[in-house]
Amino acid sequence: MTLAEVKEILQAELLTSDSNLSLQVRSACASDMMSDVLAFTEPDALLITGLTNQQTLRTVEIADAVAVVFVRGKYPDYETITLANKKKIPLMTTEFCMYDACGLLFNKGLCGVTEQVRKLLGKDGRR
Amino acid sequence: MAADNILTQQYLIKGWDFTRAGEASCDVKNTLKQIGISQDVIRRVAIASYEAEMNVVMYARKGKMKCEIDTIRIKITIEDEGPGIKDINLAMQEGFSTATPEMREMGFGAGMGLPNIKRNSDSFHISSVVGRGTKLEMLFHL
Repeated sequence: MTLAEVKEILQAELLTSDSNLSLQVRSACASDMMSDVLAFTEPDALLITGLTNQQTLRTVEIADAVAVVFVRGKYPDYETITLANKKKIPLMTTEFCMYDACGLLFNKGLCGVTEQVRKLLGKDGRR
Repeated sequence: MAADNILTQQYLIKGWDFTRAGEASCDVKNTLKQIGISQDVIRRVAIASYEAEMNVVMYARKGKMKCEIDTIRIKITIEDEGPGIKDINLAMQEGFSTATPEMREMGFGAGMGLPNIKRNSDSFHISSVVGRGTKLEMLFHL
């Protein structure tokens, strides 16, 4: 799924400039706890979170994630957006709560990292 | 016995400095990318060192991180001056955490830090003296 599709599905607002929305995300991880994200993500994932500080960006960088969607209409501060622009990490915000945002993306075929769920959906986890 | 050392990098880590927290691990990651280490190893080193760096930032007064690279392995050593860990076996359990609400607000304290470090490294050793500090040594085979 491309970031442009993610943006459309979540009716999200793009917070960063010059972001490449043709980038692909292969899976998603949703959590406010960054250690959970580090434990349960694969490269090229989309991070869905309510945590808006700079540690979110560090976690994206360390975990080789692609982009961040903030839920519940949350906005990061100016410094975080500036750092995201510098590191070329696309940031979006959606009014949906985390559960609904995940549900909408899952319904369109973007799944997480659980092997059993991927097997249920098909060999690559996409529907 | 280890092969000849190719590169050594050292970093100072300041306790409770959340603005710079993670910079050392990101720098290590970029260095490994530049010298052509495989993506899987880079990711494991980055996650383990970031978790360890965040532990220093959250719990210790200060610490230092050393990254040593040779032809067969990467060794990361992180040593801090801090409260130490009373029960290492308990601290290694997934979900166990002594994090404060402030640490959780920063996105940490899920009780996954030390287990994540162990899971991502090929060899892991931790020692700690209560009231003095903690030392972590991680090895990653190339």
